Amino acid sequence: MDLKTLTFLVVGATFALYIGIAIWARAGTTKEFYVAGTGVHPVANGMATAADWMSAASFISMAGLIAFMGYDASVYLMGWTGGYVLLALLLAPYLRKFGKFTVSEFIGERYYSKAARMVAVVCLVVASVTYVIGQMKGVGVAFSRFLEVDFHTGVFVGMAIVFIYAVMGGMKGITYTQIAQYCVLIFAYTVPAVFISLNLTGNPIPQLGLGSDMVGTSVPLLDKLDMIVNDLGFAAYTAQKKTTLDMFLLTLSLMIGTAGLPHVIMRFFTVPRVEDARSSAGWALVFIAILYTTAPAVGAMARLNLMETIQTGPVGSADGNLIYADRPEWFKNWELTGLLKFEDKNGDGRIQYYDDKSATFAEKAASFGWQGNEMVTVDRDIMVLANPEIANLPNWVIALVAAGGLAAALSTAAGLLLAISTAISHDVIKGMISPDISEQKELLASRLAMAGAIVVAGYLGMNPPGFAAQVVALAFGLAASSIFPALMMGIFNKNMDNIGAIVGMLVGLLSTLIYIFWFKGWFFVPGTEMAANTAENWFMGISPESFGAVGAGLNFLSAYLVSKVTPPPPEHIQHLVEDIRVPMGAAKAASHH
Amino acid sequence: MSQPTQRQAYWTANLKLVAMCLVIWFVVSYLFGIILVDQLNAIKIGGYRLGFWFAQQGSMYIFVVLIFFYASRMRKLDQKFNVEED
Repeated sequence: MDLKTLTFLVVGATFALYIGIAIWARAGTTKEFYVAGTGVHPVANGMATAADWMSAASFISMAGLIAFMGYDASVYLMGWTGGYVLLALLLAPYLRKFGKFTVSEFIGERYYSKAARMVAVVCLVVASVTYVIGQMKGVGVAFSRFLEVDFHTGVFVGMAIVFIYAVMGGMKGITYTQIAQYCVLIFAYTVPAVFISLNLTGNPIPQLGLGSDMVGTSVPLLDKLDMIVNDLGFAAYTAQKKTTLDMFLLTLSLMIGTAGLPHVIMRFFTVPRVEDARSSAGWALVFIAILYTTAPAVGAMARLNLMETIQTGPVGSADGNLIYADRPEWFKNWELTGLLKFEDKNGDGRIQYYDDKSATFAEKAASFGWQGNEMVTVDRDIMVLANPEIANLPNWVIALVAAGGLAAALSTAAGLLLAISTAISHDVIKGMISPDISEQKELLASRLAMAGAIVVAGYLGMNPPGFAAQVVALAFGLAASSIFPALMMGIFNKNMDNIGAIVGMLVGLLSTLIYIFWFKGWFFVPGTEMAANTAENWFMGISPESFGAVGAGLNFLSAYLVSKVTPPPPEHIQHLVEDIRVPMGAAKAASHH
Repeated sequence: MSQPTQRQAYWTANLKLVAMCLVIWFVVSYLFGIILVDQLNAIKIGGYRLGFWFAQQGSMYIFVVLIFFYASRMRKLDQKFNVEED
């Protein structure tokens, strides 16, 4: 069977499975629609959280980022897992005890203020919409390769699938679909990783293979990779390229942002008890770590395979570079999508792939007769998708990877769209505009809100401000600077009042947004940047992606100062805080709807 | 119904536990994985440099253990201070 038919079959089968589950577990009440009736087992919720969490960026982009950034990509690995520690220790159990439907609902009640709730809704929607852009791009990449159509058409197809899917779902349907999607994506991710690790190091466990010697030699894989990339002018794989301050702040921004992302927090509203919320965060991280500890191996091994495919012999020798006409099939496939581009700059019919921005290597390159890097486009996002082909794995593995990438993107998109639509239907429509709305109408409103969100996300997915993981990093900055501090202070500082919290959220949100727009253009419109997005222009060398932690700090500080000079919260709010600090009585709290 | 003083003691015990866990969280990621990475990279474990290993593997394993440790200690605290769910 040829690859295309096989891929159609595998992807079609998984889609049929998801839609089947969505129909079987569709929601009839708002409680089912918003929090799956709070009946989800902690391990099941952990698995659903892992799928909800692991996005197109995690599945498709992350190993690619690692492949090209090497050690510096550790910020994503630590940042996107360490946030679960914060979530389990600082937020999830208390928010579960509070027992409501949305994150903004907590902020509104805790700070006894509709304005606070509104600010939270704005932060939530902006963060979630930013985040969903990355998913749309990921769907586009997977589809464009899988259906062999161009990228924009891929995004359109993705939008259509997500549309059917999200409107069918509700939290109940989404939860069980996400469990299925986790199984598909983790299988699809680890199978090629095991094969590649076996091929290169003889060790079937990628986490160990990355620390092993190359097969048949006594050279560690990472040392060999350092050597190969160094020989071609690139910085060593395991060396640090970012500044320590920027690495530190980016990791912190991602961690705080992870803990503040509403679509993740929401998942912990679905478990039956407070202690389940704690352990469920642990289970979520187990399922996430299976992929996240595999990704560094995939990244390093993919980079090694790519370099060795193109640089077939010693650097600088007459026949050391791959002849373009002899390029492998996967190379041609990816050229069709435009994500891989070759330009024969020196007209020798061979491919030279090296760092032509390296001043020290330039002289050497010139002496070889090389006239610039000829791999003019190597999109990082294709590394995971092309990996099985590069490593000559069987066709069914390639088909599986396409299905896995789509599972990752779709499950996260559904979670995000649910967060956006519940914020609009539950917080804005039911909470502010018409509190007497019937349950059926609230459900309808939620579904309509989804449709609008999909269109916006699709447009932005086609005109993204950077590659997928970077766009996602912006969402984290917003969640980190606005939502996380408000939630944490609401639980840990009994005296935090409404004005303090609102000022804090606005300071955090605006400082972070302005810092990002300053370097990336206002609302990401090209040409409106106030300064070029380069390290020399950044404040103290802090990149826009890393600013969320600074924004969070400003939020904490300004909220604290304002709360000192404004009246403390009323007594019933202080009692509410005391009440959410103990697990006792959670069942009673939850029935207060 | 538990007494207010007992609830206060429970909360203090919780804060101590949280602080301890966060110290470990900080050490394995920020300290070992970022700040001291060059120094630790001088040590090799198999084909891994130690700092690189903490940054791309070790910190994540420890995060997982840390959450389950916290959850189990909290379960004991819930019972000890009589604030567990019915």
